[in-house]
Amino acid sequence: MDDLYRDYILEHYRRPHNFGVLDDATTSHEGSNPLCGDRITMQLGIRDGKVAEVAFTGRGCAISQASASLLTDEVKGMSVEAAAAYRADELLDLLGIDISPARLKCAMLSLETLDAALADLDASASPAAVAAEEPA
Amino acid sequence: MTIVEQPKASGTTGGAAPRGALDAAALRADFPILDQEVNGHRLVYLDSASTSQKPNVVIDAVSAYYREYNANVHRGIYTIGEKATAEYEGARARVARFINAPDSHEIVFTRNATEAINLVAYSWGRANIDRGDAIVLTEMEHHANLVPWQLLVQEKDGDLEFVPISDDGLLRLEVFEVLLHLKPKLVAFTHVSNTLGTINPVRQIADMAHAAGALVLVDGAQAVPHVPVDIEALGVDFYAFSGHKMLAPMGSGALWARRELLEAMPPFLAGGEMIREVHLRRSDWNDIPWKFEAGTPAVGDAIGLGVAADYLTALGMDAVRAHERELVAYALEALPRAVPDIAVYGPMDLDLRGGVIPFNLPDIHPHDVAQILDRYGIAVRAGHHCTMPLHERLDLAATARASFSVFSTNADIDALAAGLVEVERIFRG
Repeated sequence: MDDLYRDYILEHYRRPHNFGVLDDATTSHEGSNPLCGDRITMQLGIRDGKVAEVAFTGRGCAISQASASLLTDEVKGMSVEAAAAYRADELLDLLGIDISPARLKCAMLSLETLDAALADLDASASPAAVAAEEPA
Repeated sequence: MTIVEQPKASGTTGGAAPRGALDAAALRADFPILDQEVNGHRLVYLDSASTSQKPNVVIDAVSAYYREYNANVHRGIYTIGEKATAEYEGARARVARFINAPDSHEIVFTRNATEAINLVAYSWGRANIDRGDAIVLTEMEHHANLVPWQLLVQEKDGDLEFVPISDDGLLRLEVFEVLLHLKPKLVAFTHVSNTLGTINPVRQIADMAHAAGALVLVDGAQAVPHVPVDIEALGVDFYAFSGHKMLAPMGSGALWARRELLEAMPPFLAGGEMIREVHLRRSDWNDIPWKFEAGTPAVGDAIGLGVAADYLTALGMDAVRAHERELVAYALEALPRAVPDIAVYGPMDLDLRGGVIPFNLPDIHPHDVAQILDRYGIAVRAGHHCTMPLHERLDLAATARASFSVFSTNADIDALAAGLVEVERIFRG
């Protein structure tokens, strides 16, 4: 008997932390696992190089939603660099359950979406991106 | 044992006299995989729409090929090569009889229904679809009967049109009638929906399509294992199906098409076997069906497919259909009794639904449902079942799906119902 569905996982699924929409997000990204229909939108409010605010919305399985809830708690207050360097094995430790290979994508969706949101931030902040937005 | 070891085919399946009711509990002895425990529980296999389990006669036939007469076909002038050829071509005849095809040369062996549909899309499609030509599909198609046509019309600048479905998963034929004014070259649709279980009125749709000048392709992957299929009575032009869903080996399948269509079609894959004469700069094609069977075929798997066809014929496809109809009736009653908030999708008319039950529990993702059921040895599918547009149409991210075969029993459905009660207990706390 696996114990994937421990009480704290189910608790995060039923009442996810940081679930909602930011009015003034600096960056935002929508990630999905097309195979299972999991979908997460991750929003970050960056101030002074820190993740000052973070919020997510979406729907999906207990693992993907609990993972997003735990991860957003974890990165709140982190520097942008530290958040971008957050690793998959750290998230798995945070989840604290044995994830089978078939469910790994569910667990990792939140982190992939966070990484993509931070990458969007880099792209929009780079001189090349700014130049591209200027009228020709 | 309720059946003979190597059942003999007895003519057609469609019009056969009714046989005795199917004794699924006894049949289970024919399927060795079912005799095991998974996570400490009896294996309850409810994913036959994905792939069916295989009876001993099929496993033994494949094994016998490799143990006793493994040789290439249509080549060897030696005893086991001749036996391999005879059994391979014998399998073609068995498959033809199973669907009441008048001529076994109209059966092309493929790896699965997907390859059979791709064969038609590449060969017939490239030769016959031109700019502005329309192909009519439906909203309930498996990706296998959608994506090949997308590629074709992208290449040829043609158009795809879709017959919509009603909320209970039936094709809206009044809209189909209107679409036929576009004079489509082809109408392609599934016989039985892999997701909703809907049994479509093939003959009626084929007659309407033909009257408008279109050819008709039917995806029969979910039909051949579950309902009597009589090609002559259906009146279609192409019929594609997989072997692995009808108790046969993985990697076996077939395309049936009318002889004159196959003869006019250019080859699909090219190489050995499909040629009559090869010169450095040109070649002549072999006769049908071998024109479409380039390279060494999956001989053992095709032989297994022939044996599976005979096994089903011996059970009687009318009896198989009646058995699965009873299972659906039982499930539609037992599941809501166990978990009253369950949502079941698809037609509720038992005459219009095959052995497929797609469902959801409120606020519990189907992957979580499937994962917890697995603790109790219960195998169901969770996800979009290769019908993403259909899920979009029904506004569902995903569904769980229980599906039946000849070896499924009411006890399997009882186990599923008990498992769903556990899922709710865990999630609702």
